[in-house]
Amino acid sequence: MDIFGIPIQALMGQLLIGLINGSFYAILSLGLAIIFGLLNIINFSHGALYMMGAFGAWIGLTYLGINYWVALVAVPVVVGIFGMIIERTMLKHLYRLDHLYGLLLTFGLALIIEGLFRYRFGISGESYPVPELLSGGFNLGFMFLPKYRAWVIAVSLVVCFGSWYIIERTKLGSYLRAGTENPQLLQAFGINVPLMITLTYGFGVALAAFAGVLAAPVFQVNPVMGSNLIIVVFAVVVIGGMGSIMGSIVTGLGLGLVEGLTRVFYPEASAVVIFVIMGIVLLLRPAGLFGRER
Amino acid sequence: MKPRTLASAIAAAALAAQPMLAQSATISDGVVKLGVLTDMSGTYSDLAGPGAVEATRMAIEDFIANEKPDFKIEMVSADHQNKADISANKAREWIDTQKVDAIVDLVTTSTALAVMKVANEKNRISLVTGAGSTPITNEQCNDTTVHWAYDTYSLPVGTAKAVVQQGGKNWYFITADYAFGHSLEKNTADVVKKSGGKVLGSVRHPFPGSDFSSFLLSAQASGAQVIGLANAGNDTINSIKQAREFGITPKQSLAGLLMFISDVHSLGLDATAGMYLTTGFYWDRDDETRAWSKRYFDKMKRMPTMVQAGDYSVVYHYLKAVKSAGTDEAKAVMAKMRETPVNDFFAKNGQVRADGRMVHDMYLAQVKKPSESKYPWDYYHIRQVIPGAEAFIPPAESTCPLMKK
Repeated sequence: MDIFGIPIQALMGQLLIGLINGSFYAILSLGLAIIFGLLNIINFSHGALYMMGAFGAWIGLTYLGINYWVALVAVPVVVGIFGMIIERTMLKHLYRLDHLYGLLLTFGLALIIEGLFRYRFGISGESYPVPELLSGGFNLGFMFLPKYRAWVIAVSLVVCFGSWYIIERTKLGSYLRAGTENPQLLQAFGINVPLMITLTYGFGVALAAFAGVLAAPVFQVNPVMGSNLIIVVFAVVVIGGMGSIMGSIVTGLGLGLVEGLTRVFYPEASAVVIFVIMGIVLLLRPAGLFGRER
Repeated sequence: MKPRTLASAIAAAALAAQPMLAQSATISDGVVKLGVLTDMSGTYSDLAGPGAVEATRMAIEDFIANEKPDFKIEMVSADHQNKADISANKAREWIDTQKVDAIVDLVTTSTALAVMKVANEKNRISLVTGAGSTPITNEQCNDTTVHWAYDTYSLPVGTAKAVVQQGGKNWYFITADYAFGHSLEKNTADVVKKSGGKVLGSVRHPFPGSDFSSFLLSAQASGAQVIGLANAGNDTINSIKQAREFGITPKQSLAGLLMFISDVHSLGLDATAGMYLTTGFYWDRDDETRAWSKRYFDKMKRMPTMVQAGDYSVVYHYLKAVKSAGTDEAKAVMAKMRETPVNDFFAKNGQVRADGRMVHDMYLAQVKKPSESKYPWDYYHIRQVIPGAEAFIPPAESTCPLMKK
């Protein structure tokens, strides 16, 4: 059976791949949305922190003998702490200023971090092996699905919806949301808002590093892997609605699918299709698909 | 000042043409100065970059030690960031204010073409090793440029022919969607068809990309025996890595159309074993290449790519030509470079043609299996030597006006 001249098997395969890429978009844009929601910072260093996650996994394996599973937990913690140091020493001075200052600072940080990695590791990067347990794959009939890619979809869905649940459905989450609305009032209730902000930034950064560890076996671990991805992820956040948690998850997965379809029908356009959608969404719904006008 | 400098340059050139004059008097200000213009931190910094600077430095040191020239040799280097405008400006500044005589490396075609033009206007020499496109010695050729290590004509000749001969008749291309990728695909497809193979189709991916699985699936669905990768650098690396992940290799085989040893090193032999590629230089080919490469390795902690080895070779050949011409005037040096065959660890009986192409043997290599690799950087079997006459564009097909004379 064909759909628009494309065999349905091929289409299914491409959609599945779209979903895998969408999973990366979702985790990364979720981190950005959380940070923007509470800190009002457009975190341009997100791509560099994602790259640090991937390199963290590689460094752990090569120099310290830390396997993939340990890295999946340990690396986000370490990079998250690094993020908290950035927040405490630099970002906290910018909250009262325009968004632009935070954007410039984090952009500068991204360039510095990337430059340092480039200097140390060179541009071709390093290869990270797929963990033993997840090597090989399933034959789905219409395509060969590597086990590792299936794992990426599963784990990112769990992480994304887990984060959504914590923020939207628990008491801790309600503090976070209250902090977004009115930090002074929340402070008056005896909540340590500055600490909460630091931890939130750390969590957003840890999500980026987590995505980096997940990506390490799939992509070549190299210093520019983050900057290639970050622009797309920003488009995802804008389409979903800045700061909207559910918006970033659903849009991330959805745009992965759209991109996958474009690669079937007109591969040359697959790099721009997301930006075309962004343009249309901004024209029709400036606050994004899931955003609220403020 | 300007007219006078120009006048003295013309005078110097005229003097240089007089063979009976004392030699050292015609080296402008007694110094021969080389400028290494390369990508120091971007996509191509591993295959050229700091290694290109080091190779040039080694060539200068060796030349001074072996040939005891009566002129001084200096070197400057800069990062052109793969941008044509930066390259052209740097070249102009070097030539005008720092008296640079020749510019080396020039990775990426756009930078090479820009610098060649500036240098030619100012009667200085471009020693191109890093860039690969054929226009450098064809429609955009000029009489002060040499093109040393490889080009996009020579790479597919070896790889595609060999792969078709081994039974890989049906090809599918994954092509980077810009001029370089298109021309590499076209050159390769021509060779495939000429050798009796068939091209089943191609897919063009945005440049640069990171996820190639969709394109690989299309290639898989085509049923082609061989998937030709008409891309470079990290795009090639990720394509190969993901082809393995999706179980495409080893059922279908991959042919890297522009691959350097630095790519194989960073991917590892697990992912690349069995691939064919064409190269202008392999460090472990004979005693001479090993001896030089080990010296290079001691400084850089990496084995040289064909570009870096080519930088050494071209700089040494250039300095020899300056010495025997007794001048650093571009036309006289170019004449000597063309006259003298290139005989060093890089090339045997290499010949610089009128279009600037240095014709030398190329090598068809196959990447070793991990079990066959006995020591670090032991990566290739050299399967075939492609004679220079077959490896490069035949003079009859050249579109360079200098060849028609």
